[in-house]
Amino acid sequence: MTRTRKPGVSRRATLAIMGAGAVSFATPWVARAQAKTIKVGMPTILSGRVAQLGTSSRNGVMLEVEKVNAAGGLAGRQIEMVIRDSKGQPQEAARVARELVNTDGCEILIDAEASSGAFAVHEVARDLGVLCLHTNSETSALTADPKQHIPNAFRTARQGVHDSIVGGSYAAAIAKAKGLKKWATCSPDYAYGRDTTGEYVTYLKRFAPDIEIISESWPKLFQPDYTEVVTKILQAKPQALYSCLWGGDLTSYIDQANIYALFSQMEVFAVNMADYTALTVVKNLPKGIHSGNRYIKTYPATPENAAWGDAYKAKYNEYPTNWSWENATAIMLLAEASKKANSADGKKVAEALRGLKIKSPFGADGTVTMRAEDQTLVGYAIGWGTTIPQEPYVPQVQPGDWKTIFELEAEWKKSKGYT
Amino acid sequence: MDLDALTGCLASSACLVTQTTSGFIIGMLLFLVAVGLTLIFGVLKVVNFSHGAFYMFGAYFAMTAYQFSGSFALAMLCGAAGTAILGLIFERVFMSRVYGADVLMQLLVCYAFVLIFDDVVRMIWGPEFKSMGMPAAFQVAPLFIAGGVVPPYYLLLIGVALVAAMILGLGLARTRIGKVIRAAAHNPGMVSALGINTGLIYGGVFALGGMLAGLAGALAAPVRSLTPGMGFSVLIESFIVTVIGGMGSILGALIGALLIGMIRSFGSLGFPLFTEGLMYLFMVIVLVSRPTGLFGKEVA
Repeated sequence: MTRTRKPGVSRRATLAIMGAGAVSFATPWVARAQAKTIKVGMPTILSGRVAQLGTSSRNGVMLEVEKVNAAGGLAGRQIEMVIRDSKGQPQEAARVARELVNTDGCEILIDAEASSGAFAVHEVARDLGVLCLHTNSETSALTADPKQHIPNAFRTARQGVHDSIVGGSYAAAIAKAKGLKKWATCSPDYAYGRDTTGEYVTYLKRFAPDIEIISESWPKLFQPDYTEVVTKILQAKPQALYSCLWGGDLTSYIDQANIYALFSQMEVFAVNMADYTALTVVKNLPKGIHSGNRYIKTYPATPENAAWGDAYKAKYNEYPTNWSWENATAIMLLAEASKKANSADGKKVAEALRGLKIKSPFGADGTVTMRAEDQTLVGYAIGWGTTIPQEPYVPQVQPGDWKTIFELEAEWKKSKGYT
Repeated sequence: MDLDALTGCLASSACLVTQTTSGFIIGMLLFLVAVGLTLIFGVLKVVNFSHGAFYMFGAYFAMTAYQFSGSFALAMLCGAAGTAILGLIFERVFMSRVYGADVLMQLLVCYAFVLIFDDVVRMIWGPEFKSMGMPAAFQVAPLFIAGGVVPPYYLLLIGVALVAAMILGLGLARTRIGKVIRAAAHNPGMVSALGINTGLIYGGVFALGGMLAGLAGALAAPVRSLTPGMGFSVLIESFIVTVIGGMGSILGALIGALLIGMIRSFGSLGFPLFTEGLMYLFMVIVLVSRPTGLFGKEVA
């Protein structure tokens, strides 16, 4: 015999609803406390080949959110993070961002997308007017291009052009000292690889004009085998090689180039090498690869930075990535700005963020600044050094000079027609 | 286009040796994956879209075995044997249920397992990329043959793949089991009527295919980074190889894989911006002129 249920609300459900109602009437603080939280939405990449981008971004955010909440939250409101997977697809990132604001009631967006997704989320921020902090996109145009500028969007990540200026001047000095005239490049064949390599070469040639690029390779993103690229570079016999391969692609490349003894035949400049994701994975890291700093806890060599790196490691059992510090910085800036504005309101916080300078473990001089004119982060630690196969991996980092960066960045903006 | 670089290379023995071995390395690994694919199609008549997963598992099994034992030989063995067992289980439990079914159903089952296997790897080994590292025995300076650079590890890799190809070819052509497999590919009903357990043959062939892909993964593990989903790009190239060589033909897979290897190797010199395109262009030409592939036979 089967029991049939009459349509309508069951007795059990009615009781449950009444019970819940009674509890919330009896304890009004529960309802009030919930209204006081501020929801911060975060679209990011949590699945697929670059899931590490999302997980280490999330970890960086959560580490700081806990501190902010323990200290009373954003102007008295506890932060509640709502983190969703965009699977690395721009249209999905835009959809998730919109849903976070419209359906979930998020008042602030932390856009932890790669560049492709960041531009899509940027349009959502433009449309909805919600305060948005881009934390991972390093494509310069996102903030440099005045067409992209909106008052409610900020960037707390590095910027490609800054890296190129510092990297170009560092490499040029070595090229002059060692007489490296013939260069080859090998970078992934998509917007980031092409733009970054182009900018790097521009500044390299600017500081050392007699340099010649004799071979270019553009392997596909996520290509499993680089043998033909490695042998092609060996044929060209350059004195130095530049690459902006990253993550698993970079480690594959190093393993494959290693058995051809490529690293003993030329100086190698790999901007994305000095990040723990790559440093700790490569088993036979060659000595003496030149790399830009991404995140290492020994640069800046301050107790604050070391403590931050250790705290992260203690909590998540792995070292932070470049994305971790960029995302942590977003929360640090939000906390300071809301303190300054004495409000968690998006518009007031945005106003307070413009030009805000905060103490930071990641600052070149112990501080970072949200530059008012283009709403992007400046003053962060940026430099180049050479690798060794064990900790601290990059024992000495030669810091970039922010004065030079600002001068050349202004020039670059002019040449692009941005100013 | 940089034809000067290409002709310059063809004129120099050093460049010729380096690029040819480079083509062999790419080709032989691809062959091991593609031959399993083609074998499974030839006998079971299923296009195993989840084949890339066996390559991935082979690499992860090898890395884990290497971490625990420090023995390279054991790592290779674990990579191959582990995927063979996995292939057998996968075929018996899942694939054997969809043999008679619509092609779309087979495709769906395979695709579902592409996602499931990727997630299993993510759960066991984590989402971030890993590296096995080159065994100390092979961390030696590359050899110079006629001025060309040849890493010793790659000689081993090419050797192992060639031996596998020979054993496979001879085994299918000369042994009794080989004959039974060929008969099962041709007329499974008759083979079954003769009292031969076709289920066993199917399971065995699937295990063999999985094992070859696993061996490729294990051999690639010291030089390629390991990530969930790493089988996918290899699978696509394996399909190109089987289309060029002819579905179901082992010799075709070998020739197809070596051709792709050479196209990549020499194409990157002469047509640096069109190396991928060259591969597909070649496939199109083969498809138009010989729709069954270079060594494919008309379907009987």
